[in-house]
Amino acid sequence: MAQLSLRGIKKRFRDTEVLHGIDLEIGDREFVVFVGPSGCGKSTLLRLIAGLDPISDGEFVLNGHRMNDVAPSRRGIAMVFQSYALYPHMDVYENMAFGARLMGLDKPEVERRIAEAAQMLRLEALLKRKPRELSGGQRQRVAIGRALVRKPDVFLLDEPLSNLDAALRSEVRLEIAKLHREIGGTMIYVTHDQVEAMTLADKIVVMNNGRIEQVGSPRELYETPANTFVATFIGSPRMALVDVTRDGDRLVLANGGSILVGNMSGPETLKLGLRPDTVQLVRGASAEGFAGRVEYTEYLGDNAYVYVRLADGKLLSARTAPNDLYAPDEAVTVTVAPGPAHYFSAEDGRRLTP
Amino acid sequence: MSVTTTNYYDRKGILGTLGRDGLLQIILIANTILMLAPIVIMVFSAFKTTPQIFQSPFGIPDFTQVQNFIKIWSETNFLRYLLNSFVVTGASMVLILTLGTMAAYAIGRYAFTGANFILMFFLAGLTLPLKLAIIPLFMLMRDLSILNNQLSLIFVYTAMGLPSTVFIMTGFIRTLPNELEDAARMDGASEARIMWSIMLPLVRPAMVIAGIQNIVPIWNDFFFPLVFIQNDSLKTLPQGLTTFMGEYTTDWGVLFSGLTLSAAPIIIIYIVLSRQFIAGMTSGAIK
Repeated sequence: MAQLSLRGIKKRFRDTEVLHGIDLEIGDREFVVFVGPSGCGKSTLLRLIAGLDPISDGEFVLNGHRMNDVAPSRRGIAMVFQSYALYPHMDVYENMAFGARLMGLDKPEVERRIAEAAQMLRLEALLKRKPRELSGGQRQRVAIGRALVRKPDVFLLDEPLSNLDAALRSEVRLEIAKLHREIGGTMIYVTHDQVEAMTLADKIVVMNNGRIEQVGSPRELYETPANTFVATFIGSPRMALVDVTRDGDRLVLANGGSILVGNMSGPETLKLGLRPDTVQLVRGASAEGFAGRVEYTEYLGDNAYVYVRLADGKLLSARTAPNDLYAPDEAVTVTVAPGPAHYFSAEDGRRLTP
Repeated sequence: MSVTTTNYYDRKGILGTLGRDGLLQIILIANTILMLAPIVIMVFSAFKTTPQIFQSPFGIPDFTQVQNFIKIWSETNFLRYLLNSFVVTGASMVLILTLGTMAAYAIGRYAFTGANFILMFFLAGLTLPLKLAIIPLFMLMRDLSILNNQLSLIFVYTAMGLPSTVFIMTGFIRTLPNELEDAARMDGASEARIMWSIMLPLVRPAMVIAGIQNIVPIWNDFFFPLVFIQNDSLKTLPQGLTTFMGEYTTDWGVLFSGLTLSAAPIIIIYIVLSRQFIAGMTSGAIK
């Protein structure tokens, strides 16, 4: 059982406030991913939950107990570090046994837990090796194993895949997802990679500049982003934001054409969010749609992304069929496929529901 | 390329015949001979009688002739001196490494006001010529009534060794990754255990460097025992060996065998630790 509540968490380093009041509820067995650009405070928040740094203000409650002043090892939390932080002078077995022994477990229990973790992570053959004799993926598994033997309520993972190469990354990502299903603990995972966030999370927490921008399932974040930050952060290639003005039932791009959207209310000027899959390209000029010129094309095999410069200088990407080739500088017209569109306020970037 | 450069490379100078590496080897071998010659001559002379030393100073002796060693072992206070040297050097090294590592750990791993000042304070010790303070030191030891007592030597040597030890260890301890400490803290280790079980095993190369750096001058020191120690049964080796040099006659063979025996422990320690020593010196460069 693990129920985490963060209430108005603030963190200051000297005079600089890096977290400005974080409120978050995390339920039992949830897989929560903190995602955001570098320096948004996601790792800092993780360290506060772990107890490695003191909380400046606010309250962290775990299973009904206030944890602000509880030592890290007594919170029932284990952490996997970005650099794995394996003890270089101890072999794999000792690495895993170190924390278990400090918990005061007797020898047979320590051995049993290590055997269990080693079996789960396929480490049995490596128990007598030193960390420097292991590959990156194996070190990663040892780091997870070290967390496992402590049988924590909550696992914290700080960018665990960032030191692995691309092929290994997707493999370990699957293993982590599987592991979460098997052990069923609450996991909090920090990453700046939105693909990891989308594939692993039950719940994504998007952070920016020390604040939470939005909390929700991957689907909610993708389909109904709360603001322009979340909209552009989730999804790849990123969503393009086009400044348009409303004229009756049309949205008009400054001297660049217009599209028909039907009846809508709300402000006169707004931002229209266009994901690559909702954009359709028509060759040449056309009355319906925004005029633009092809900048370059990314060919990916199963499909291609065409980057189009609009009349107002914004770059927009469109997904096309892979054999649908556009020449650089070719004039195209951008239309929007029918389906849910994203509108944001021109002033504060909030989502509008017209 | 042009013809002249080809000719240049065709020409066989000493560099061409041996190559650059060959030349380096020659220089290094010559250097090795220069460095080892005094030690070899010392060992050779230890097996010779005084007349033999002067007749053939570089001759290879009969290594079965060990009467010099027997004499020094049985007829002098050599064993006493050796024991004294072990006690003084050993106690000083234990104090230097314990105190130095603890100070360096605090300075290197905890951020507190004045950390840099304390480091600078230690470093200032490196610039002080300790021997200039011999008269105040003498008065201090007299007032503490530890003149003619090995404690006086141990205190002075510890003070002498701390600056370089703190300097070396602080630099090394600072390079250890913070995440290791965090990981140990998550595992439930106390500060003392983090230092003892996690950090200290990793700074062992640095401790070896600091140890060798300090053990040689302390073992060989002649000056402070000469000033502080008068009692023959408390003398250290370098000081004790001078008693073999008489005013009118000196038994050189016995003196050299004494020197050989006194140099032996340090040479053995150096050889045993040299692998760690080299690892410690280069580890910063590779990482």
